[in-house]
Amino acid sequence: MALDRRNFLKTMGVAGLTLLAGRNLANKTTANGEIEFRGLLFDATRCVGCQSCESACAEAHQFPQPTDEIVAGVVRKTSETQRCVVNLRNTSAGEIYSRNACMHCNEPACAAACLTQAMFKTKEGPVIWRADKCMGCRYCMVSCPFDVPKFEYHSANPKIEKCDLCYDRITQGKIPACAEACPAEALVFGSRRELIAEARKRFAGTPASYIDQIYGENVAGGTGYLSLSPAPFEELGYNTKLQNSSYPELSKGFLYTVPSVFVLLPPLLLGIYEANKNNHLKEEEHE
Amino acid sequence: MNNPTIPIAKDNDGKPIWKFLLAELKPRGKWFTPFNIISIPIILLGIVLIVIRFWKGIGSITNLSQEIPWGLWIGFDVVTGVAFAGGAYVLTFMVYILNMKKYHSIVRVTVLNGFLAYVFYAGALLLDLGRPWNVINPIIGNSFGTSSVLFLVAWHFMLYMIAELIEFSPAIAEWLGAKRARKILSGMTIAAVIFGITLSTLHQSGLGALYLMAKDKIHPLWYSEFIPILFLVSSVFAGLSMVIFEGSISHKVFFNQISEKNHKAQKGILQGLSKICAGAMFAYFFLQLLVFIHNKNWDLLFTPMGYWFLTEMIGFVLIPMMLFIYSYRTSNTMLVRIAAILTMLGIIINRLNVTVIGFRWDAAIHYVPSWMEIVVTLTVIFTEIWIFRWIINRMPVLRESPEWANDEK
Repeated sequence: MALDRRNFLKTMGVAGLTLLAGRNLANKTTANGEIEFRGLLFDATRCVGCQSCESACAEAHQFPQPTDEIVAGVVRKTSETQRCVVNLRNTSAGEIYSRNACMHCNEPACAAACLTQAMFKTKEGPVIWRADKCMGCRYCMVSCPFDVPKFEYHSANPKIEKCDLCYDRITQGKIPACAEACPAEALVFGSRRELIAEARKRFAGTPASYIDQIYGENVAGGTGYLSLSPAPFEELGYNTKLQNSSYPELSKGFLYTVPSVFVLLPPLLLGIYEANKNNHLKEEEHE
Repeated sequence: MNNPTIPIAKDNDGKPIWKFLLAELKPRGKWFTPFNIISIPIILLGIVLIVIRFWKGIGSITNLSQEIPWGLWIGFDVVTGVAFAGGAYVLTFMVYILNMKKYHSIVRVTVLNGFLAYVFYAGALLLDLGRPWNVINPIIGNSFGTSSVLFLVAWHFMLYMIAELIEFSPAIAEWLGAKRARKILSGMTIAAVIFGITLSTLHQSGLGALYLMAKDKIHPLWYSEFIPILFLVSSVFAGLSMVIFEGSISHKVFFNQISEKNHKAQKGILQGLSKICAGAMFAYFFLQLLVFIHNKNWDLLFTPMGYWFLTEMIGFVLIPMMLFIYSYRTSNTMLVRIAAILTMLGIIINRLNVTVIGFRWDAAIHYVPSWMEIVVTLTVIFTEIWIFRWIINRMPVLRESPEWANDEK
């Protein structure tokens, strides 16, 4: 997956940059094949709704502590001051806690949409936002199928807010604040491969407690934030109508035609121009 | 307009250029025209709102939300505005590439219109950017987001503005009496035209391609993988309808600038344009039909959004197309104008359907632009018209080029 995305970026880089300036190509393509994407596994059967993750998140990122209580059936949403939320849902398997945060897609639509690479998929897995690059166009918000990026509409110096999987902590060798705070092992941090293996192990251990699906294994081309549930995911407020292929794939076809148009159209136009250049001679004869 | 003859070229030979420019900056003509009376208060109010926007944030004057991050300023100002500016690339193609001399007299005003549209609508984009001071990032190369359609569109906007400026620059040279510069700049026209057409095909379709990743957010009747093609084809008749509309107004407002010959030619031009519009609209309607059948959305047709889709397709594509055909057959100029206005309404409806109305059509809370967003949009449009008028009254755009410029050919 990682290589696919790099190749995609690289090809697009070639396409775009040959038109602009043929430099700065190779910096994204250093081989890091041995580094795997890290992610989070959320297990709805273990979550007790204590909001420890919410409060640890707020503390780690200097946000106000969430004050609203969880009420069954009332959907709280992530916002520009809250990067993750836990909700209580009425499902066919009883009252179950769900948890929303950035999905950290393998091939993120937001990062593909970003024209400055402010939204950026790191080689460690987290999708991060970089203030010094962002111009605030909000195209990431338009593109994200999960509606994750939030924008500070009431600031003169607005930021995009979203979970960054505590990227700073990860690079220091620590684990994300939410996973560290979780008392019930409902949130597990690890490499994506390990997490999927762990999920399968839990399926095998207590098959009756789960539906046989990992949300995030395939959706949107695979995500770093994986979820397990005892009830169908749409009952937990997950969007199950999303496509399984990656979202950047949707505009790839268009972007691939750009270089061909740039190569083929100008000579064609020049040819037509040359062919018609002396038309006025004919016209004058007619007149 | 107290100065219908064009003495600039000869007179300013001895005069310092800055004195000439200073004199040109002064307003001409009457102040208390209906347009001025309406536009001045709106522009002043708009400037106040823009100050508030940069002081208190975008949310202070817009109704944008976390779910609907792009509203009127993108959907109308940029996406619709650029479609209307498409006349420039279509007309330069016809005049310079296909050598259709008939349309030569309107090419300058169309290019000017296109250029101003890009400057102002790309300028309006700056208002919508949360962190506009970073707008140069994708240009200067420290962070190329080459996988982004918006990256492509941003570059193309910038390059196309330069191409259009080159296409228009002979008029500026004629105004300044710069004979040598005019010669050099005219020599660059064909290259600029070819480059400009290529850029236009790509960013007209690119504006549609921006929405390709919003697959789950746009109503299926307006979302398809063919949005880029549909946007490109519709920009042809959107642009030409704008040319018809703007030409009809210019011929009244700037009546005494236009030579007798060009007044007479206008009817033929309108007929020709209506023929091309009808052809492009037929292609567009056919494409829409193919896309509709391809997507198998029959069941959606009998919902409120489905009726709205039919209204757009029949009322604002099929009917104006037939009007264009009919007006061409009967040489009815009035009908051409009506068809052009209907077509333009149709383009506005179509672009807003993709970008605003059909975007998150299923959301609990719908986005409706605030009055302040509308005032800012009007400010942008009125300011553009002010600049347009200023240029028309000074440079040889509608009127004939000075004698010396014609001699060179």
